[in-house]
Amino acid sequence: MIDRRLLINIDWVLAGLVVTVCLLGILNIYSATTPYKIVGTAYYIKQCYWMLVGLFVALTVCSLDYHILEDLSYWFYGLLLFLLIAVLVIGKRSMGATRWLNLGVMNIQPSELMKIVIIVTFARFFNSFQEAGGLRVKDVLIPFCLLALPAALIMKQPDLGTATLVILIALSMILYVGLRWSTIFTFVCVTIPMAWVGWSFLLRPYQKNRVLDFLNPERSRLGSGYHIIQSKIAVGSGGFAGKGFVKGTQSQLRFLPEQHTDFAFSVFAEEWGFLGCLLLIIIYLLLVLWGLNIARRCNDRFGSLLAVGVTAMLFWHIVINMGMVIGLFPVVGVPLPFFSYGGTSMITSMVGIGLLQNISMRRFMF
Amino acid sequence: MKERRIVRELLESKQRIMSLSFVVGVVFLILLVRLWHLQILSADDYHAMSENNRLRFVPVAASRGAILDRTGRVLVSNRPSFSLAVIPQEVKDKEALLTLLSGLLGLDRADMAERWEKSKGRAKYYPIVLASNITRDHVEIVEENHLRLPGVEIEMKPVREYSSKQLAAHLLGYIGEISEKELDVTGFEEYNPGDYIGKNGIERALEKELHGGDGGRQLEVDARGRVLRTISESSPTVGNSVVLTIDATVQKQAELAFGSQAGAAVAMDVSSGEILAFVSNPGFDPALFSGKMPADVWKSYLDDKRHPLENKALSGQYPPGSTFKVVTALAGLQDNRINESTSFNCSGSYDLGTSTFKCWNKKGHGSTNLRKSLRESCDVFYYNLADKLGVDKIATVAKAFKLGAPLGVELLNERSGLIPTSEWKLKRFGKKWFHGETLSVAIGQGAVLLTPIQLASMIATVANEGTIYRPHVVKRIVDADGKTLRESKNEIIGTAVYPKESYRLVKQGLLAVVNEPGGTGAMARLPDVKVAGKTGTSQVVKLRDSKYGTPYQYKDHALFVAFAPFDKPEIAVAVVIEHGEHGGAAAAPIAGRILRAYFDGKKPVRKDVSGTADKDDSDDDNDTGMKEPRTSGDAVHD
Repeated sequence: MIDRRLLINIDWVLAGLVVTVCLLGILNIYSATTPYKIVGTAYYIKQCYWMLVGLFVALTVCSLDYHILEDLSYWFYGLLLFLLIAVLVIGKRSMGATRWLNLGVMNIQPSELMKIVIIVTFARFFNSFQEAGGLRVKDVLIPFCLLALPAALIMKQPDLGTATLVILIALSMILYVGLRWSTIFTFVCVTIPMAWVGWSFLLRPYQKNRVLDFLNPERSRLGSGYHIIQSKIAVGSGGFAGKGFVKGTQSQLRFLPEQHTDFAFSVFAEEWGFLGCLLLIIIYLLLVLWGLNIARRCNDRFGSLLAVGVTAMLFWHIVINMGMVIGLFPVVGVPLPFFSYGGTSMITSMVGIGLLQNISMRRFMF
Repeated sequence: MKERRIVRELLESKQRIMSLSFVVGVVFLILLVRLWHLQILSADDYHAMSENNRLRFVPVAASRGAILDRTGRVLVSNRPSFSLAVIPQEVKDKEALLTLLSGLLGLDRADMAERWEKSKGRAKYYPIVLASNITRDHVEIVEENHLRLPGVEIEMKPVREYSSKQLAAHLLGYIGEISEKELDVTGFEEYNPGDYIGKNGIERALEKELHGGDGGRQLEVDARGRVLRTISESSPTVGNSVVLTIDATVQKQAELAFGSQAGAAVAMDVSSGEILAFVSNPGFDPALFSGKMPADVWKSYLDDKRHPLENKALSGQYPPGSTFKVVTALAGLQDNRINESTSFNCSGSYDLGTSTFKCWNKKGHGSTNLRKSLRESCDVFYYNLADKLGVDKIATVAKAFKLGAPLGVELLNERSGLIPTSEWKLKRFGKKWFHGETLSVAIGQGAVLLTPIQLASMIATVANEGTIYRPHVVKRIVDADGKTLRESKNEIIGTAVYPKESYRLVKQGLLAVVNEPGGTGAMARLPDVKVAGKTGTSQVVKLRDSKYGTPYQYKDHALFVAFAPFDKPEIAVAVVIEHGEHGGAAAAPIAGRILRAYFDGKKPVRKDVSGTADKDDSDDDNDTGMKEPRTSGDAVHD
């Protein structure tokens, strides 16, 4: 399976950082779910399973040379588009949106997989495209279409959170490839009038309301504004050293929403204070910088594009989730990678880590 | 040259990694600065807020949408109701408070304690409803004693009002407090304990439309529960109203016609699938379900052998009996086993191998052709036919009629009925099909099962000669101002294509059933409209002519399906009387009464002045369509 020579090249820094965050996450989920009525297996135990499954997935991903992805990328892309369409046609409805596809043995969420596939697709596209001096307008047309199709399908579900993430990941990769100033200028000149026309003429009032709700949940949904206030109280009241493990009043009295998933960081901040947050943020910062470092060290363009994409994915998840918890961003259902409870997020993030590991291990192979 | 470019590009991208790293660092620094601001600079404020977390959420329930009939008559609306709620975080001594409340208001202490217990695990600032539907006197007492009752609140919630009492109770359904089970079901995440939700019928099927958006106020209160300020406020949005295809007048007459008999009736527009009447009898009082159900009423519902809570029109599955001969006849014509003049001799029974199949008429019908076989419901004719056809040819016609599967009415839990085939038996029981069973199937016995909706759809399909419309009960969704948001489309879900001549022969037979001497359905006859129909009597058990009379639950079901007017069909009706014994005697008169109510309603003299525009339209259509000069409807027109 895995080449012995590769094994000695395992990136222990990367593995160590990820496992540390996972363990902190499990500890935190234990605390966050103590006030819950638990039916069946406890959440923190389930999260342990997810971590193990995730690590196995990561190991599997890094055992295959990532270069084969280059050949498969467009196939993956096509398959995912097909699945996204299938979701809209025959998907499982839950929480007012259709995101899941029942494959008989298991349910999959194609929009989640799209995060990885868009990275691979863009890496392939920009790899075969070597132009010094930055991308011109005509160079970004195809990638723009490659992005617009799945993004539109995901928005249709509707899952604005994931759609936004897919777009942010893709834009980060374009930024890494580099744009000419003229391209940026054109982009701004086209987008602003188009947005204005769309807003004024194309969108119906209820659609506008939805967009406004998304941008500012405090506008209409009762819960969100209240939850942000409660989350800020939780984070703020943690103070310098925190209230202590399983001692956070905000979380133990259940003032927080989704406190083991999207608002897990809020529980952590309350119980471990600024010191704990500092530690967690440093670990995340190291993880992201290490991802970029892997991209830098990698000597082939496809690999470094891949590494940048995966790192961007982690980065945006972290920033949007933490930003939401501390009241910098609107409430969007974006989990904190490796830290929030949940299998889907764990698997996607671990596939990303597997790719990074893959690239890191093979940097000596040239 | 090319290589130099690649190297240059590589160097550039390494540089860009450095810039990206820098950006990442800055963003993380912003997060840290914000955390510093929250956790170090404002820590004391937030700590105080968390110690004394007195933010409170006061929900304001949305007014639920109304349900109207097709003419705009209100069937279900709202009236205000008060409930007693408590905010747990403001209560110091729970036991003392409960004792005080039950003393002041005379409410059951154990009941309130149980509700409180059930809401454990919810956020402490969220009000728990201790008693719903309390009286205005109770409200006054609570308000007078406000200071002694910290944390106790009166919530105003709209409750359902059923303008026509029990009318169409099964169709409308009722609402009730959301159950713990429903709270866990996906799709209801936004609901909280104590919220009302449609439990069944239209109330459930169109919950999302009717519910509206709940509103609420976020308040900051002091330690005594006094409101310091409103942090944010959102007003509830009224739910949309549902306009049904039901005609309340026809519905009312249909229900009256049933009296105390158990059964179901469905009346359907043959050229749209709109359901005009939807009866399941006996009914129940839906209003009791949203309040506190008196124990004795509940017990009487449960003990009633006629099962009043069951929606028989939707979920009742009955052997169709002789009404199914319509399908067998079409199969025979299609397979060229019979034509207009084919006759079989009925001696009162039919021998197949060692078994004997009896006709309902022991004396026999003599020489019987298709028309006579339908008119007098001769069984032997169909035994002969079935013997030649085999079960699968019959099933093919039934499936073309879309029988044996739910037809897709909007309501939940529509049953599928059953059309047996040889393959089905092999799969289900692992046994070979016996030819004798085919003979039972041919007369709608044996394993064949249909729901009343399917019966109505079957006869409507015969009436319009092969088009199967999706039966539906929702005409349109309107907003609170009465503006139409969505209109239901008439949807064709299948076609049963057979020669015009075949349909003509069957329909002629059905006309004879009601209008010719010797016809079994004479009791459905109307003076001014030509009605065609088919009776059915289906065995519940193979036990007959017991010396002491048959006990209720073993008596045969009585069925009748009909359509009218014969020349240009508008309406199809199916009636099932559980244990009503004879289709012609028990079910046909009810079908007749439903048809009469429908055609009476179309007469201009009785027309509502406030009737909607499309009702007028349909009347006009009728004027041109009704060719018979002797109908009184036209006479008034002239």
